[in-house]
Amino acid sequence: MSIPRDRVRNFSIIAHIDHGKSTLADRILEQTKAVAVRDMENQLLDNMDLERERGITIKAHAVTLVYTAKDGNDYVFNLIDTPGHVDFNYEVSRSLAACEGAVLVVDASQGIEAQTLANTYLAVDAGLEIVPVVNKIDLPSAQPEKAKEEIEDIIGIPADEAPCVSAKLGTNIDLVMEQIVKNVPPPQGDEKEPLQALIFDSYYDAYKGVIIHVRIKNGQVHPGDEIRMMATGAEFTVVECGFCRATCLEKSEGLFAGEVGYIAASIKEVKQARVGDTVTLADNPAKVPLPGYRSVQPMVFCGIYPADGAKYPDLRDALEKLQLNDAALSYEPETSVALGFGFRCGFLGLLHMEIIQERLEREYNLDIITTAPSVVYKITKTNGEVVCIDNPTNYPDPALIEQAEEPMTNAHIYAPSDYVGNIMELCQDRRGTFKDMNYIDTDRVDIHYELPLNEIIYDFFDALKSRTRGYASFDYELSGYQKSSLVKLDIMLNGEVVDALSFIIHADKAYPRARKMAEKLAEKIPRQLFEVPIQACIGGRIIARETVKAMRKDVLAKCYGGDITRKKKLLEKQKEGKKRMRQLGTVEVPQEAFMSVLKLDE
Amino acid sequence: MNKKEPVGVYIHVPFCDGKCPYCDFYSLYGNDKLIDEYTQTVSKVMAKSSEKWNRTADTLYFGGGTPNLLGQERLSFLIKTAKEKFGLENAEITVEVNPAEDLSGFLEEIKKAGANRLSIGLQSANEDELKLLGRRHTVKQAEKAVKDAQNAGFKNISLDLMLAIQKQTKESLLRSINFCAEMGVQHISAYLLKIEPKTLYYRKRDKLDVPNDDEAAELYLTACEELEKRGFMQYEISNFAKPGFESRHNLKYWDCKEYIGIGPAAHSFMDGKRFYYNRDIKGFMHDEEPALDGKGGSFEEYAMLKLRLCSGLDNEDCRKRFNMDIPERILKAAKLYQQGGLTVCDKNGIHFTPKGFLVSNMLISEILFSK
Repeated sequence: MSIPRDRVRNFSIIAHIDHGKSTLADRILEQTKAVAVRDMENQLLDNMDLERERGITIKAHAVTLVYTAKDGNDYVFNLIDTPGHVDFNYEVSRSLAACEGAVLVVDASQGIEAQTLANTYLAVDAGLEIVPVVNKIDLPSAQPEKAKEEIEDIIGIPADEAPCVSAKLGTNIDLVMEQIVKNVPPPQGDEKEPLQALIFDSYYDAYKGVIIHVRIKNGQVHPGDEIRMMATGAEFTVVECGFCRATCLEKSEGLFAGEVGYIAASIKEVKQARVGDTVTLADNPAKVPLPGYRSVQPMVFCGIYPADGAKYPDLRDALEKLQLNDAALSYEPETSVALGFGFRCGFLGLLHMEIIQERLEREYNLDIITTAPSVVYKITKTNGEVVCIDNPTNYPDPALIEQAEEPMTNAHIYAPSDYVGNIMELCQDRRGTFKDMNYIDTDRVDIHYELPLNEIIYDFFDALKSRTRGYASFDYELSGYQKSSLVKLDIMLNGEVVDALSFIIHADKAYPRARKMAEKLAEKIPRQLFEVPIQACIGGRIIARETVKAMRKDVLAKCYGGDITRKKKLLEKQKEGKKRMRQLGTVEVPQEAFMSVLKLDE
Repeated sequence: MNKKEPVGVYIHVPFCDGKCPYCDFYSLYGNDKLIDEYTQTVSKVMAKSSEKWNRTADTLYFGGGTPNLLGQERLSFLIKTAKEKFGLENAEITVEVNPAEDLSGFLEEIKKAGANRLSIGLQSANEDELKLLGRRHTVKQAEKAVKDAQNAGFKNISLDLMLAIQKQTKESLLRSINFCAEMGVQHISAYLLKIEPKTLYYRKRDKLDVPNDDEAAELYLTACEELEKRGFMQYEISNFAKPGFESRHNLKYWDCKEYIGIGPAAHSFMDGKRFYYNRDIKGFMHDEEPALDGKGGSFEEYAMLKLRLCSGLDNEDCRKRFNMDIPERILKAAKLYQQGGLTVCDKNGIHFTPKGFLVSNMLISEILFSK
């Protein structure tokens, strides 16, 4: 690309869900004529079905555009999209580290939300120039002046120049473009230094292997170069490099300091090219890697089992394929007495977990059963040994436990002040410790709580939304471990413990949860040929009990005129029905029963 | 299977003077002309079937509908045809009758033609229950029908009873059972009411005051117990007989033996295949062939049918027919339910108890599809 470095602009867009990030990105693509309007599929950057449905970006994407500015010069715009959810905080920080500026999109009718704030702070911390934009001015409820005030008050950046736009209608997009040219500084860096390229995203391509998205901080890279990943130490030969255009990859002779592009080097797994790692040249390595690399640690674990045991190899293949593209996903085989062969999977957070479950079901067409999610508990045994437990099955005998600790989070909830009471009630109920509360403006607050992670992972966000009519947003980060009074709760069906239903819980929450689970199971387990007692217990102590009564009547009394077809059909139906059941000892449990106990509030 | 073994012949008589609100069997109103033509068709189809299968029969069963609506002449004619075509040596020849009609002359005639077993649709010996069932006969009429049959020389009479019907209590059920016992009949069929789609009962099912499942189960168990006390031994889920008076025709169904069904909605099992006629009298009368309903006689099907019988699934018969003992996994599964009083497992095989019969749909699938 023959455009000098001082006319390169690397930037991200920061916005809350639904505030119009993807729509604005589409308009920018249009303005640069990167895509013919007729080729535009709405919201081009979000190209996973799931992302489009949920209105969130799960993975970062990048695109290189050329914009002819009002000063008559061509500028290179590298638009780097960021994931929009707390589960992917680290990925967001790496995407931002690849930029010099960030366009902050604020909804003119709703103002600043939690995620916007969290990501804006990340951007400010990373030294990015913030370009505020007030969107959705076409809405009748739009209050652009109020939104600008909020930007100045809360984030503390001047907003009087902020363009007021409607990404939906395409109004004033050119003002945004000019602001980017004017306010986002050009990249620094030295082409002659040893190569330092920041990996901010990667994905697996069936033909080229892993494609890594990089921002060249210093030096240059060309096809044929031997490269080294500084964190993993893995080495590869560059096969191809170039720029990501809106609809294709465009090969180039090389990538130079300041540029954003891709490298393909026959890399087999994304694990070998982790987000945040630094790419350097094997024969002339940089002295130090770029700062900020972290190897991602799963925080939430659950068991995933095929509904049909015969599909175990399919599930393994699907997880393998997903992991090619998702270094944060971990899995290892585990066996459950109740569910057979499956995998213990680790995720960044609850959303990440749900996304993987949905992708397994949709993209790989698998019927799966998941067990209750668990966080990682730290248990100090009486002999001094410290173990990390992410699976209730491995929970030590209480007699051998000296001390138990659970992970805590710093959580911020942003909501209209009318809901403060409801929110505090919910946080109190989830064992939260109130830290402080700040008014963002006259009618919106930022409530700060310390909350145990295991209270968040079940259904906290759903509960929060239902108590605030959808107005609250929520953000959290891990804050360390805290001593806690934990117990392992077991569920017994007909006197036998069902391992897949066991979970670790705070002692104070065990009773109500046990009761709810027993009730829910009694509701979901159909009558069987014998009475089925459902018991919830801690150690040997039963703390809740329900009973599924025995079936009394299920008979075809008459077979008319030798018509046994009907009877056979009935039998076949029952045979089909059995397939959807899990045999637990002598009890048959429908798959919905496993799922229902994960969502007790419904 | 011994191909020479005699088969059963079932003739469906799809005519009724009115539709009972609980009944989903195929029936329609028949005028003389239609009934005449129908009789001719049945006779023709019997000839054709006999040619096709070339087999003798030892049971003949006229079911309905209301077979007595054929009248003595047509019925005698069909028995005669059947004898010519299928031999019927020492055969059991059953006719279902509705006690709403005066049957005295009719019964004498068909007895002469060869009928030797009657199945009378009593349903209940309580007037209020009969009314709620929409039956068009009284207890008195039923009593007369039984006496007429006995006077005509029938020594094998079955009465139908219905269980778990509106107004039924343990006491009223006992009255019905006592009535049967006092009438001196040999066989009783006691069917639990099942509300079938496309019936009047189904349409007003929310307004029906029928016993719930638990009460129905109690009524069924009472019937089994009280009938046995009076010498009617249970041999199938819904059938009870004085020793030696079990229905030979119906046993062919449960023993997974061969039978030829003639008439709309009638089913056949011949040569390892199952067939049925559509529920359409016009089609039948226009020589429509029965539709193939797939293979029959698999072990699964055999077991499912055998388990409806009190004799159950036994090793000896299993060996004879399939050259094997009852599979171990099935025995193991059946044993699980012995303690709960649903099954009895011994060296001969498996059979269900009345409590087991009550949940036999599920029980059969649990046992046959156990892993």
